[in-house]
Amino acid sequence: MKKTLLSLSNLTKQFDGKTVLDSLNLDIYDGEFITLLGPSGCGKTTLLRLMAGFEHPDAGAITLSGDDLTGTPPEHRPLNTVFQHYALFPHMSVFDNVAYGLKMEKRPKEEIRERVGEALAMVQLQDYMRRKPHQLSGGQQQRVAIARAVVKRPRLLLLDEPLSALDYKLRRTMQVELKRLQRELGITFVFVTHDQEEALSMSDRVVVLKDGVVQQLGTPREVYERPANLFTARFVGETNFFPGEVESIHDGSITVDVFGLKRTLRRPDFPVQQGQPLHVLLRPEDIRVLDPADEQGVAGKIVERNYKGSTLDSVIHLEDGTEVLASEFFDEDDPAFDYRLGEPVKVSWVDGWEWLLPEEADEPVHEDALTDA
Amino acid sequence: MTRWLPKVYLGLVYLLLYVPIGVLVVFSFNDSRSGYTWGGLSLRWYGSLFNNNAMVEAMWNSLWLALSAATVSTIIGALTALALHRYRFRGKKVLNGMLFVVMMSPEIVLAISLLALFLLVGIQLGYVSLLLAHVTFCLPFVVITVMARLSGFDESLPEAARDLGASDFTMTRTVLIPVIMPALLAGWLLGFTLSLDDVVVSTFVSGPSYEILPLRIYSMVRVGLKPEVNALGTLLLVFSLVMLMLSQWILTRSKR
Repeated sequence: MKKTLLSLSNLTKQFDGKTVLDSLNLDIYDGEFITLLGPSGCGKTTLLRLMAGFEHPDAGAITLSGDDLTGTPPEHRPLNTVFQHYALFPHMSVFDNVAYGLKMEKRPKEEIRERVGEALAMVQLQDYMRRKPHQLSGGQQQRVAIARAVVKRPRLLLLDEPLSALDYKLRRTMQVELKRLQRELGITFVFVTHDQEEALSMSDRVVVLKDGVVQQLGTPREVYERPANLFTARFVGETNFFPGEVESIHDGSITVDVFGLKRTLRRPDFPVQQGQPLHVLLRPEDIRVLDPADEQGVAGKIVERNYKGSTLDSVIHLEDGTEVLASEFFDEDDPAFDYRLGEPVKVSWVDGWEWLLPEEADEPVHEDALTDA
Repeated sequence: MTRWLPKVYLGLVYLLLYVPIGVLVVFSFNDSRSGYTWGGLSLRWYGSLFNNNAMVEAMWNSLWLALSAATVSTIIGALTALALHRYRFRGKKVLNGMLFVVMMSPEIVLAISLLALFLLVGIQLGYVSLLLAHVTFCLPFVVITVMARLSGFDESLPEAARDLGASDFTMTRTVLIPVIMPALLAGWLLGFTLSLDDVVVSTFVSGPSYEILPLRIYSMVRVGLKPEVNALGTLLLVFSLVMLMLSQWILTRSKR
């Protein structure tokens, strides 16, 4: 059993009458890398600010290893924050920025020098101590911000979209570096992002948030492969939604009608009845594009093809107008593998690779298989 | 022709700007008693200026007044700007607008109303009344200068300081004030210069116990232009140049 470090219970926060967090419960385990993922305005930053102490909840409690933190001001919380735009003190050198937290603790000079040196060495910036923040690149400033936050050896590190201002390549490097730091330091990381790819690749667990409510809490694999609802399925990765209808129910399986195909699929966790409409979810990489002469599959034609280097991504229009995204790996045996636009194909998948979700009451009107990355 | 025209134009503009100042500086070294004829180089007017006790005293009075008015208005103004920037409250917009009203209203109006107020409350005209008056007209300039700096201020800086263990007071001392220091200095200098050369308001609210430089010069000129005034003007010019260079130096240093 994992030990809970930070526990949020029934946290509620309103701004000007608008509910940003709605009695949210979350337990963060000691030593884990947990990501708060959601679109802008979902409450993830507010949640982080509540943990840091910059905002106060209207209701609910925050406890750290059993101690109530709810009324504690930020300066007395044993956790530190890496800010979105780094928030380095512009009038201080890199050394003084990193030393700031230790000076506040009134540590002896010798210890401060040693620990700042260590923290900067950890982010490979030991040669930049005398520089001012504006003399550093974005990536270096980011690393100073991280060193400044971890030098106090916090129980918990809060990171508010720390990589959003960096370019793609640097972002990938920093992702790896952050993971390494987290492993080496053994500090619990709470990471906020709207980038689902980042969330999946870095986290031990992902919290998907929407309108201040947790949509799903699970490992990246669970969130990606077994989304709890349509929102998560749409927000995390790209998904094809096929409309299905339950034909018959068996012990461990059900037969579903999808575009006239009768497919026998694994029985889902939610209750099903005969004739019930449901969504059959398939990731683009689960789609098999078959020869038009193939017996199984739904007929359609290629309307777009996108060479991605390692994959060939295509958009297929089915006969009823549904758009299907497919992503296929190149085959060593067939290096010239490609599609013509307008080429007729058939679309299918391997049984068991699909994921079923029930219809939801407040579904949006546009229900095409869609991209929502 | 089009190539030299801009240069001539620019030259003319600068000539018009600097000729009066140049004349003043040159004639401050004029040995002749008349203000219109050249009698050779001399420092005699500087000498007689420093032997003029009333003048020297007025100069010290003015400097002291400008120093204290600038300091007081910077402190009050910075706190006002912080309050206007940091907190949301009813009537904030009105308060903001009222700053501009004081800035834009004719000085004579301010002068008369201050005089009336001081007489009403029973404040003796002298250093205190001058200080109060000068703080009044300097204040809006300081507030607006500091607010401009604060509007570009990264709100996460104070939060970062708190996050790292600083109390609100320590954060203000170690982060907020250093970051807005250039604006505080600029506001202070603005207040200092405004106070130093104010004539209109000062005329109304000063008393015989505390004579300040602009009023002294004004009364001297009324009885005829003495070359001493040129020397004084030159000294003031050098002083403001030094102040200007100082402020530029501080500003560029704080950017680094």
